[in-house]
Amino acid sequence: MAYPVDYRYTKEHEWLKVEGNTGTIGITDHAQESLGDIVFVELPKVGSELTAGKTLGTVESVKAVSDIFAPVSGTVTEVNEALNTSPEQVNKDAHGAWMVKLKLKDPSEASRLLSAADYEKYVAAEGGH
Amino acid sequence: MNKKIRKATTHISQNEVLLFERSSAGKKAYELPPLDVPEVDPATLLGAQARQDLGHMPEVSEVEIIRHFTRLSTWNYAVDHGMYPLGSCTMKYNPRVNEVVARLTGLAEAHPYQPERISQGALRILKMLSEQLIEITGMDAITLQPAAGAHGELTGILLVRAYLESLGNPRKKVLIPDSAHGTNPATAAMAGYAVENLKSNAAGMVDIASLVAQVNEDVAALMLTNPNTLGVFEQEIHKIAEVLHAKGALLYMDGANMNALVGKTRPGDFGVDVMHLNLHKTFSTPHGGGGPGSGPVACKKILEPFLPSPVVVTKPDGTLGFDYNRPKSLGRVRMFYGNFGMHIRALAYIMANGPDGLRQTTEDAVLNANYIRKGLEGAYDLPYKTPTMHEVVFSDHIQSQKGIKTGDIAKRLIDYGFHPYTVSFPLVVHGAIMIEPTESESKESCDMFVEAMKDIAEEVEEHPEFVLEAPHNTRISRLDETMAARKPILRWKPQSEAAGK
Repeated sequence: MAYPVDYRYTKEHEWLKVEGNTGTIGITDHAQESLGDIVFVELPKVGSELTAGKTLGTVESVKAVSDIFAPVSGTVTEVNEALNTSPEQVNKDAHGAWMVKLKLKDPSEASRLLSAADYEKYVAAEGGH
Repeated sequence: MNKKIRKATTHISQNEVLLFERSSAGKKAYELPPLDVPEVDPATLLGAQARQDLGHMPEVSEVEIIRHFTRLSTWNYAVDHGMYPLGSCTMKYNPRVNEVVARLTGLAEAHPYQPERISQGALRILKMLSEQLIEITGMDAITLQPAAGAHGELTGILLVRAYLESLGNPRKKVLIPDSAHGTNPATAAMAGYAVENLKSNAAGMVDIASLVAQVNEDVAALMLTNPNTLGVFEQEIHKIAEVLHAKGALLYMDGANMNALVGKTRPGDFGVDVMHLNLHKTFSTPHGGGGPGSGPVACKKILEPFLPSPVVVTKPDGTLGFDYNRPKSLGRVRMFYGNFGMHIRALAYIMANGPDGLRQTTEDAVLNANYIRKGLEGAYDLPYKTPTMHEVVFSDHIQSQKGIKTGDIAKRLIDYGFHPYTVSFPLVVHGAIMIEPTESESKESCDMFVEAMKDIAEEVEEHPEFVLEAPHNTRISRLDETMAARKPILRWKPQSEAAGK
């Protein structure tokens, strides 16, 4: 699957879309593919503070429970409640099924993340195992 | 499940209904003698507490109960049926001699509250097992209390915390490699530590440079499984211990894979400060259906004062007893003295084998795993080429080109009469196929397993859809695991009630 070029990516397989002061976070198609069928997504409360690199929630699949890491810092303004009842959305459309929207603390933080091309290279290199 | 099938083709009872559904009013499986005391109405004694509505209690005859549970029991797969190559779980055979000893009247009927003077035999068992496990691990002291591996881990890390607190600073973090058992980070968190991930190197071992960079005065301990979950022995274990000790941190060893080391090398000699053992893995006590588990924790001298109380001691008159006067102890972690029935079995196993027998057990376990590794090389992808010990981790890399994943191969393996291997663990291997035959398997059964796995690899090439739909020869076909997790049905209700809601 193509990785949207207007998103930024982490080595922990989250994506971030920045629009002005707002960031939207989800997990990548590679992440959903590795996890397998997702059965539960645990997200933070609106208003909670996220710190870049720290856990913001968890995603549980039939195989494992994995942490979701915040790609950047900020305050949660909205969470995708629809994932509570239909977590399979993440499997169907990982790049559309957003998890958290946040007010960015420092929009320039995003520039430290990987571009779509770099992320794709990273995933290909990791694919050995 | 096809509800129309009433009689089985591949099984005695294809669709065994619940006991509740067999119920018909007035049936019973007992006959009481006439009362020889005055009858009492429970309501007069219990008042409002006497329960009137007994709910849906099944009313069935004796033969119906017996057949129901006997049929259900035949649905199980057990190590007594065949090979159980569940990697990391060490499903070795549980020798019958263990059971004979555990059933000796004096032991089976011993009560934890009986006086010490008539419990000398039981105390002797605790003492002998303690001494022998200390000898096997090369440690200084031990507690037999913890009830399972993860419980042992928690006890071990609490010992670390108590020790560091006694020095004035409990510290903040526990380092855990990315190949670890999931219980390790859970343990560290339960003991109040932050978990810091430690990356493996290309050989699947702890990366010493990363370790050096990450160890500082905030690190309480490293929790390390050795050999690790890839079956790889951490060759630089001395160095790892030195790096930790130089900063005042301790080395915890998850002893889940001790069955690869017994009689060959001792954790106490390579720098481990504290570790747990799984008697139900390494020392052949049952895992379930007759369990429970047992997870003794062995430690070095510095941690001994903090061990759970009581500990077995020899009293001045030469008899054995319990010492409860342990002011620095973390307290109890389990009622009484732990799962004593398992202590008896483990001791029976150790003594039946003796030192040479235990050593051979280890060698056979490693030999079997490497025999299977050699047999399946080429047919399955081997992501880490480092020599392995008691288990081997392949991946579904080759088969996934055809859309077949590790879980599909495992389900097909059921058709061949084997319990599946461990699927999707360790997490450092994508699509992991983790195989541990243990020493219990003969060359013939290892050969049969290799043949089955190779047949499946061929099937994947020729008829992938057949593997995708497996199992085919079982009582019921593939279950929808995803739906079971997303929309679990947690409570049975009578059909009338279920339909109404």
